[in-house]
Amino acid sequence: MTPNVHDGLKIDRRRFLGYSGGLALGFVVLPNGLLRVIDAQAATAGTSLNAWVHIATDGTTSIMLPSSEMGQGIMTSLPLLVAEELDADWSRVKVVQAGVNPAFNNPVHFNIQGIGGSRSIRGYWLPMRLAGANARYQLMANAAERWGVPVEECGTTPGKVVHRASGRELSYGEIAAFAKVRSDLLPLAEKDLAPRAQWRLIGKDVPRVEVPSKVNGTATFGIDVQLPGMLYASILRPPVATCPFPLYNTGAENGPVSVEDSEALKIEGVVKVVKLDHGVAVIGSDYWATVKGKRALKVEWRKGSVGSRYNTEAKLAEFGRAASDLSQQGRRLLWNTGNAEDAFKGASKVVSALYLNDHVHHACMEPFNGTGWLRNGELDLWLPTQGQTWSRDVGMKLTGLPAEKVRVHTTLLGGGFGAKVELVYAGEAAALAKAVEGTPVKVIWSREDDIRHGAYRPATAQFLRAAIAPDGRVSGWHHRLAGDSVAQRSRSFVMERLKGFDAVVIVGASTPYAIPNKLHEYLHQDSGIPVGYWNAVGNGYTTFAVESFVDEVAAALGKDPLALRLELLTDARNKGILEAVARMAEWERKRPADRALGLAFSHGGEWNAPTAEIAEVSVDRATGAIKVHKVWVAIDPAVAVQPGHLRQQIETGVVWGWSAALRERITIRDGEVQQSNFHDYLVPRMHEIPDIEIRIVESGVVQPSGAGQIGVPPVAPAIANAVARLTGVRLRAIPMLPERVKVALAEGASRVA
Amino acid sequence: MAQMISVSLTVNGKPQTVKAHPDTPLLWVLRENLKLTGTKFGCGMSLCGACTVHIDGKPAFSCIQQIQYLEGKRVTTIEGLSPDSSHPVQKAWIAEQVPQCGYCQSGQIMRAAGLLSENPRPTRDEIVEYMKFHICRCGAYRRIVAAVERAAQEG
Repeated sequence: MTPNVHDGLKIDRRRFLGYSGGLALGFVVLPNGLLRVIDAQAATAGTSLNAWVHIATDGTTSIMLPSSEMGQGIMTSLPLLVAEELDADWSRVKVVQAGVNPAFNNPVHFNIQGIGGSRSIRGYWLPMRLAGANARYQLMANAAERWGVPVEECGTTPGKVVHRASGRELSYGEIAAFAKVRSDLLPLAEKDLAPRAQWRLIGKDVPRVEVPSKVNGTATFGIDVQLPGMLYASILRPPVATCPFPLYNTGAENGPVSVEDSEALKIEGVVKVVKLDHGVAVIGSDYWATVKGKRALKVEWRKGSVGSRYNTEAKLAEFGRAASDLSQQGRRLLWNTGNAEDAFKGASKVVSALYLNDHVHHACMEPFNGTGWLRNGELDLWLPTQGQTWSRDVGMKLTGLPAEKVRVHTTLLGGGFGAKVELVYAGEAAALAKAVEGTPVKVIWSREDDIRHGAYRPATAQFLRAAIAPDGRVSGWHHRLAGDSVAQRSRSFVMERLKGFDAVVIVGASTPYAIPNKLHEYLHQDSGIPVGYWNAVGNGYTTFAVESFVDEVAAALGKDPLALRLELLTDARNKGILEAVARMAEWERKRPADRALGLAFSHGGEWNAPTAEIAEVSVDRATGAIKVHKVWVAIDPAVAVQPGHLRQQIETGVVWGWSAALRERITIRDGEVQQSNFHDYLVPRMHEIPDIEIRIVESGVVQPSGAGQIGVPPVAPAIANAVARLTGVRLRAIPMLPERVKVALAEGASRVA
Repeated sequence: MAQMISVSLTVNGKPQTVKAHPDTPLLWVLRENLKLTGTKFGCGMSLCGACTVHIDGKPAFSCIQQIQYLEGKRVTTIEGLSPDSSHPVQKAWIAEQVPQCGYCQSGQIMRAAGLLSENPRPTRDEIVEYMKFHICRCGAYRRIVAAVERAAQEG
């Protein structure tokens, strides 16, 4: 039996706390990171909302989900952490989606509630296990008191406290009927948690809790929210790509100047036309009426914004010149060691290369949408969001209401991939709710809206050079990246903290390669096109550049790419993962003349999940098409909380990496995105994807890690490296489109001739 | 002036009369008039398959089926595929733990059910050929194929 899921729609937190009787446990995080247990039912209204665990007298154990389920399985794996330490009967566990409350903040994600950067498990790994352990301790202490025995003589089996000596037992539900929260118990610490050998749920696949609802149509995504008397809305958006981040900007630079709506208002079902800063909304009784209304609008748009001058190819060339021009100094805040300038002065040889990447888009299957309802001085927002706290803040900003009057209900997400950290649709839901105060309204983006007004992965140019010392060692490493800033647009406080160094954009440039002198520079460009998070964001293209360049350096040194990496790595975990993938793919085995293998590595940075991949490719020289026959992946996630989820995430990552390497591309002319739907923004389909083989390496390290995105980064460089080994031609731009490959092959042939 | 029309059709075995603009896609009628939200909007151009339902027993993209042409038609949605998730495809989908984000899966399941009613024992190539119109952005394709194979064997 699998646990039931209650999403934020069917059961809100007041009802959750409104269970009659039972034990509702909240936790206060102490300055030392330990948790003090509080009685969430007895506590005042403000703090009572943070009940992480509720045990009903029938034994039903409700556990809060503080994060967003967007396909990664977190609705199962986070509550499972509590259940593991609580020794709960998993079949009696109910998962409840949390509302916005500081109690649920993620300590590694800006200490807010929201998710990105593969940070759910890493953020909640310790607090949720401590919550479970403290809850179990409370149950044991209550049972021991009832029996008149010392708590040390008690233990648990799933769902029960047992007294070993007498064989007595009480179920958690029975205890919940009389239990009192014992404030005299000392908070448990990490050392009190179950050792790995005793784990019952962590590392053992259990069925995902929400999967049954996803095969019969009952799963509630944001777009599925139904409310009494609800209206619908469509928004006509400007020709220039416009995706404002409403905490910081409004998109007014491209927005409407004048609106002629008389034809739209004649359409049956159209209720109202609302001019917003960044577009014009048509509100109606059904979505189709609003689409027809949108088509009937005549709008004059503001001209002349910075973004309206953006042309992809010219911009990339401009970025390339900036990255390659060493007289332009960039921001140099992180990861630098030694003195790279001196290393290059003393080099006997310098290898350099310029890498380019185009914009790519998320194209989540569920487009942006949001539902808002402003009534009686309170705002409710139903959102498929990766950003709970900031969505609430947007609601506050747009309505002027205080925090306690704005509620965010997180629905299931039909894909996230970093897109749904965007707040534009929360802002639209709030603004439109205000425009039709008293009535709920749902705004739905069309696919064309989604593709033309996304927050695209930045297009960048990266110039890399390596200094080779007279003794043949790599003595210096210099990585310069030019591109627009994600942090500047959507996390300006982070940008300020890092003094203009956008770690989001250049992340992945940091490597564990033992090169004594390293210099990383970010050359901030500001082109007025919305850039945002993506699956592995910066890691995707920086790893493409870094790992392609390692192969270029290996070629310059006459070394095998695997051998050079093993030479440059010092950490056994990193080396082990490279050796593991080499064994899987039989790196040394000769392939047919028309095929070759390429290798790439990512230490994973903050994800703490070193990953290596090998791609086997062939190239159709007539068309320039690259075929990837197989991708081998070895990953060391430290702890795989749910190995099945991990494999799914890695497969997703390989598919995304493949697609970004070979095909996905947003192009922009005069600020206007030239793609609009799945016929011209091509995402992977069933018959195209490569064969994938994954090995999870358990190196014995017990630390939280994040594996949501780590499959992506090594794919593109592994493919490029394989093509270089096959053809002798180095591809330095992604996507490696057939026409680009053809040109490169022709140039390579003429160079050889 | 009234622009909307009334159309009568059978949805999941139940006669329904709905009022909508004549060119309203069936998708939105199902989702809004009939509150059957299991059928999903993905592209609006028959490019992704998320909106797939059965019309008179055959898989169809509901996002391009205008309601004005559907008088008297028999429509089955994911909600009507079985009363209790007992259709072999649904069972196989759970057994193989196919859904990740799950947004495309109603369409995938309706398409797979259509395949198996036409061809109860498809080869792997036939499965891919039949299913390839459907986008799964999570890339759960390998599990989808495995689940169709399982449904064919166990169905």
